[in-house]
Parts: sequence; structure tokens; C-alpha cells
Amino acid sequence: MSTERIEGELGAFRDEYPDAANVVRKLFAVSFAALGIGGLFGLIQALHRTGVFRFIPSKDYYTVLTGHGVLLALVFTIFFLCGIFTWSIVDSLERPLESVTFTKTWVAIMSTGSTMAGVAILAGFVGEIPFQADVLFTFYPPLQAHPIFYIGLALFIIGTWLAGIDWFRTYWNWRGDNPGQSPPLRTFMVLMTMLMWYLSTLGVAVEVVFFLIPWSLGLIQAVDPLLMRTLFWYFGHPVVYFWLMPAYLIWYTILPKLAGGRLFSDPLARIVFVLFLVLSTPVGFHHQYMDPGIPEGFKFLAMSNTMFLLLPSLLTAFTVVASMEYGARRNGGTGYLSWLRNLPWGEPAFAAMALAGLMFAAGGFSGMVNAGMNVNYLVHNTLWVPGHFHLTVGTAVALTFMGVTYWLWPQLTGKRLQHRTLATIQPYLWFVGMTLMSNAMHRGGLAGIPRRTAEPQYENFEFEALFGTIGEIRWQIALGGILLTLSLTLFLIVVVGTWLVDRSAIAVDGDLPPALSGPEEAPRAINNLRLWLVIAVVLVALAYGPPLYTMIQDGLFYPGQPPQPTALEPLWEVLL
Amino acid sequence: MHIHRFEKVWLALALVFILGLISTIAYGAVGPGIEMIDAEGGTVDPQNLDETEFADPGVEQVGEDEYEVYVVAKQFSFEPGTPANGVIRVPANSEVTFYVTSQDVVHGFEVVGTNLNTMAIPGQVSKMTVEFGDAATYGIVCNEYCGAAHHAMEGRIVVVPESEYEGPGATNATSGNETTTNASVAAAQQVAGSATEVTA
Ligand code: HEM
Ligand SMILES: [Cu+2]
Repeated sequence: MSTERIEGELGAFRDEYPDAANVVRKLFAVSFAALGIGGLFGLIQALHRTGVFRFIPSKDYYTVLTGHGVLLALVFTIFFLCGIFTWSIVDSLERPLESVTFTKTWVAIMSTGSTMAGVAILAGFVGEIPFQADVLFTFYPPLQAHPIFYIGLALFIIGTWLAGIDWFRTYWNWRGDNPGQSPPLRTFMVLMTMLMWYLSTLGVAVEVVFFLIPWSLGLIQAVDPLLMRTLFWYFGHPVVYFWLMPAYLIWYTILPKLAGGRLFSDPLARIVFVLFLVLSTPVGFHHQYMDPGIPEGFKFLAMSNTMFLLLPSLLTAFTVVASMEYGARRNGGTGYLSWLRNLPWGEPAFAAMALAGLMFAAGGFSGMVNAGMNVNYLVHNTLWVPGHFHLTVGTAVALTFMGVTYWLWPQLTGKRLQHRTLATIQPYLWFVGMTLMSNAMHRGGLAGIPRRTAEPQYENFEFEALFGTIGEIRWQIALGGILLTLSLTLFLIVVVGTWLVDRSAIAVDGDLPPALSGPEEAPRAINNLRLWLVIAVVLVALAYGPPLYTMIQDGLFYPGQPPQPTALEPLWEVLL
Repeated sequence: MHIHRFEKVWLALALVFILGLISTIAYGAVGPGIEMIDAEGGTVDPQNLDETEFADPGVEQVGEDEYEVYVVAKQFSFEPGTPANGVIRVPANSEVTFYVTSQDVVHGFEVVGTNLNTMAIPGQVSKMTVEFGDAATYGIVCNEYCGAAHHAMEGRIVVVPESEYEGPGATNATSGNETTTNASVAAAQQVAGSATEVTA
């Protein structure tokens, strides 16, 4: 088989940019490995906490849950989006990687960091190993993990920072060669997302590097738990948009094509990303509505910002649906709703993304309930919350990523997608499994069942469901978890199967049509990255400056609390 | 820049919707008076709770129908709240202010089926006022992961008929009146409406 012929005929991304394709494949491979292990942990949780099947001791449940959170919410999502972003930059600027060595360096740093954190977590299963990190993915002190967990996290974040530099550098070089041109839409989206990421990771970087690492090494006696939570959530909400913005990139630029049409408006897509940059960070207090020590005014401000953050998502809903309708009508669709039948529901990539979008709408509604600060009393830290975010990150993001894989993986490997039937079933199976698991979690939450709990069955009282029964809720969670795990298995079979076959004509057209209304129609200011960044920084300073200032008035480390459990002997005792 | 007519309509609707959401919450704060947990409870030194008002946590009567309850959350119980430490007992139709803190890690304090819910954070005091109606029993759960036996961290609030209430002293483990604590969950659900008025 001659590679030359394939190249001439198809121009797969792999053949045009072999180094970039190689890097993206590696990032995806790590991401999918995390997805597989994390998914298995999810199944264990769904069976254990419902009491349907328990085969681990309940104390190990929290090791599993830490693994599930870190592997899925951080490793799966972020490795994948780094892959998508690398592809977006190279493909839309039509430039190969600036330096393969530099790119490989950040991939290696991210991988090393994740491995260190992963080892610390998994060691929690083995009592003889003195490591553990049973702190869940939010790692609220004074619960303490082994230092390699925190150092691993720090490295992971630094890796993403370098990745951002890589993409910015490519853009700057491109701009030098194309003066006066506005960056292609995908590049613009990547850059805005990364600006948001730099701004928001500052919080967690300060928390981990200046407080938790020295504290876990015994150099600092005690940290202030509320201050640490605040720094964490300064980062913890924008990270949600770090997951979501790549999904939006995919919905804006790839989904319309798959639906048979093209994007409506390029300028509006840019406005949406500007709004995300500006509004994503000054909202973190909405995760701390139930925290003492934070004046109500700041909570109200964060709540209002959060509601405005609905705007870019509502705009996206409009554009995405409109672009799909346009595609369907071009394929002969008619009527108010009957055009829906003219969409390619049998195409796994399309079906996955469209179903993901549908579930995101449901997740948006439950999110509005979370965001309403006085309604939040009812659902805070109940099962409602995982019910909500399995619709958002667990489906809107995860299923979109799986969907785009069906389209991109052939272009990255130069191989035709295998097991098409399995791929066609997979998104629907996910949809059914998630409908079961998530509706039951929401209802369980309304009954007061707490999240993050190995055995939510108590001696002092019984839960009463407002809708349905507790027994039926438990069964739906368990059954939903089983179907989701099956769906995940199908996905992995398709990916690995495709990777292992020989190369052949790939039958995917990687060209993305331009938007109906192009970037030249946008106001000039839209591409002024510096302006948006400054506005974002000012908003963050207003939302966070005063409360952080009051929190550290009584001392950076007061009221402080020593670790629980102590991961290491205090360093000086070891040294002496 | 050209914006399609439908898109303009949608944008306007979206903005109205958002402002509507914000005003409902603002109304909830000033109308029914649902206040947020805030900084009012102040801070304590979690390493020296013995020297604070949490040294001997429990129920105190502060007015005719007004009570204060100091609760320390710790791995893996509430004091008071968990039966071994004495459940929380207050009379029916009383106004109760809770002060909750933690002596070790972050915990949750959730009164099941009501909107009485707060984080218990070392160093911070959560203050919440709640009106209890008829006699009932409520469950308390820790809803934040706090260590290997987190799932065993639970307790009980018993709202006793006024005529049977023996005073706040009766919170210790031995004096728990088991017949009262069997009050059915259905009763607790019924009064959940009145217990949901957090007016801190
Ligand atoms: C096979 C599919 C999945 C199953 C069966 C599953 C199941 C679960 C269950 C039962 C919980 C609640 C555990 C508890 O609070 O006690 C949970 C938590 C969670 N899940 Fe999933 N899940 C799946 C996929 C995902 C995906 C794809 C993501 C994200 C990309 C995700 C992210 C999370 C996160 C962040 C938590 C919260 C962890 C914590 O509270 O610390 N899950 N999952
Ligand atoms: Cu606890």
C-alpha cells in the first residue's frame, strides 16, 4: 500500500502535519486511558453507594471517588482539550508546530504531573505504601494528601501554561506573516480560552504552591481552611468553562458542517467567547453560598455574574440550533420541526454532539437552581449536584469529545473508523444511561441524600423522596451507571480498533466551511485580546479583592488548622 | 455587523430572563427574608475551642421561646446531635439559632428535608436562625467528605411538644427520651415547611 497515493488523494491531517498529529494522538491516548479507568471507578461508585453491589470496604470508596474526580474532571478533559486546541491552531493557521521539542516538553510535564498525582491516589488502596491522597478532587485542607499529589498537580498546571504559550507563539508568528488579518475563528477561541485559564489558574497555583506544598512538607504548621476554599473556587468555576469552551468550539465550527450546513455568524461566536473570558472568573463564590465567613453582598454579586454568564450559553443555543436547521433545510428539510428528521442521526459524530447539546439544555436548567443562592440551601452538597454536572461536564463535554473523536481520529491516524455499528449505538446508549442516572440523582438530592458518601443509609432517620421512591432512585442510578460504562466500553473498542488496523482511504472530509457572515463583519475591537483581558482582570479584582483582603486581615494562616492526617513527619524532625 | 432579527429577539428575551432570575432571588432575600449564611458568626481559633463558647456545646435558652444551639462537628460526629453525644432537643414552636463550627476538618451540617444547610469550617462559625413548628424528628447528616468514616456521621434534632420539654439541660446522652425520638418521619416532612424559614 502506498502512502503517497493516500496522501495525494485525501490530505489527512496526519499527512499534512505529521508531528502535530503525533502529539494530538498521544494527548488523546492519555485522555482515553483516564476515561476508561475513571469510568470504571464511576461504576463502582454507582453500585456501592446505592447498596446494589459492594465489593470494596467503604473507606476505599473515597480513594475511588478521588480517582474518578481527578481522572475524569482533570485528566480526561484537559488532555483531550489540549489535543483539540493543538489541532485547532495548526489546522486553522495552517502552520506546523513551531518547535516539536517545546511541544513535547509540555506534554511530558503534564504527563509527569498527572502520573505523580495518580500514583498518590492509587497508593491509597494499599495500606503498606505510606502515600495517600484521599482528599477528593477539591482537596480541601485540613485533609491532607502526600506532597507528591500537590506537586503533581502543580506540574500539571504548569504544563498547560506552557501549552498556552506554544499556541500564542504560533499565533504571533502567523500574525507577523499575515499583518492586519483577524485570527481564524478556531484560533480566536483557543486564545480567549487560554487567557481565561491563565487568569483563573492563578488562584489554585497560589493555593498549591504557596500554601499546600509547604504545608504538606511540614514547613508551615497550619493553613486557613476558608482562605484555601476561596482560592480553590476562584479557580474551580472557571475550570468548568475550560471544559466547556472546547466543546463550544466544536459545536460552533464542526457541528454545523456535520449537520450539512455551516455556521451562521462568525462575529457572534467571537462575542460569546469574549463574554466567557470576562465573566467566568468573578463567580466562584457561588460554590460557597453555604460557607460562613463570607459577607452576603459578595455572594449576591457572584450570583448576579453567574446569571449573566447564562447569556453566552443562551446565545450559543440559538446559533447552534439555527446552524443545524440551516443544514437540515439544505438537505430537503421542511416544516416547523420536521426538518429535525433531515439531520444525520445515524452519523455517530453528529448524533453524539447533538445529544450532548440536548442534555446540556437540561443541565442548564438544573444549574439555574444551583445558582439561585437561596434555593441552593435545598440542594447544596446533595446528590442533586453530581446529577447536574454529569449532564454538563459528564455529557455535554464528555459526549461531545467522544463525538468529535469519531470525526477526528481517522484524520489523526489516517485510518478508516472501525466498528461503525458500535459507534452508532454508543451515543444513544450514553443518552439513555445518563437520563436514568441523572434524573435519579436530581430527585435523590431533593430528598436530601448527600453526595460524596459511601453509604448514604442512616440510623437516625430515613429519606423520603418527593418524586418516586428511594428504592427506585437507587436502582436507576445503578442501572444508569451500568449502561454508561457499557457505552464507554464501546467507545474505547472503536478507538482502539481504529488505531490498530492498517491505513486505508479514510472517507472523512476535514475541510470546515467558513461562516455565512464572516469575520470581516465584526467590529474591529473584537480581536483586541488585550482589552478583554484588562476588563476581565478588573472584574476579578472587584469581585475578589475586598473579600480576600478581609480574609487575610487576621493573618494569612489564621484561623489555621494543622493537617488531618499528617502526610509526612514535619520536615525538620526528619532532618534532625 | 449584521444580526438576524430572530437573534435580536432571542437576545432580548435572554436578558429579560436573566434579570428576572436575579430579581426573584433579590425578592427572596427581602420578601420572605431568606438570608444567606454570612460572616456574622465570626471566627474562632479551631485549635483552642476549649477557650471559646464552644467549650461546652449544647442547647441554651435565651428568651421565652428562643434558644441557641452550639454544635461542634468533628470526625465523625456532631456534638450535640449524634446520639452518643446527646441529640439536640428543642421545644415545639420555638425560634432556634444554631452556631456551628468544626474542630478538625471541613464538615457539612444538613438537616434533612429542610433548607437548614451549612458548611462547618474550622475557624469559622455558621450562624442560622430557624423557626420550628410542631413536634417532629429531623435527621442531621454531614454532607461534606471528612475522612474514612464520613458516611457514619449523622445525628438527630428532636422537636419535643412544649408540655414535655424539660429544659435545655436534657441534651446529654443518658436523658434522651427514646419514645419521643420515634416521632414519624412523615411528621418531620409536614413541618418542613415551617422549618425552612431560615432567617439568620
Ligand atoms: C461511566 C460513567 C460514569 C459513572 C457511572 C459515574 C458515576 C458517578 C457517581 C455515582 C458519582 C457520585 C459519587 C458520590 O458523590 O458519592 C460521580 C461523581 C463524579 N463524577 Fe461521575 N460518573 C461517570 C462519568 C463521569 C464523567 C464522564 C465525568 C466528567 C468528565 C464525571 C465526573 C464526576 C465528578 C467530577 C464527580 C464528583 C467527584 C467528587 O464529588 O469528588 N463522571 N460519578
Ligand atoms: Cu463530617
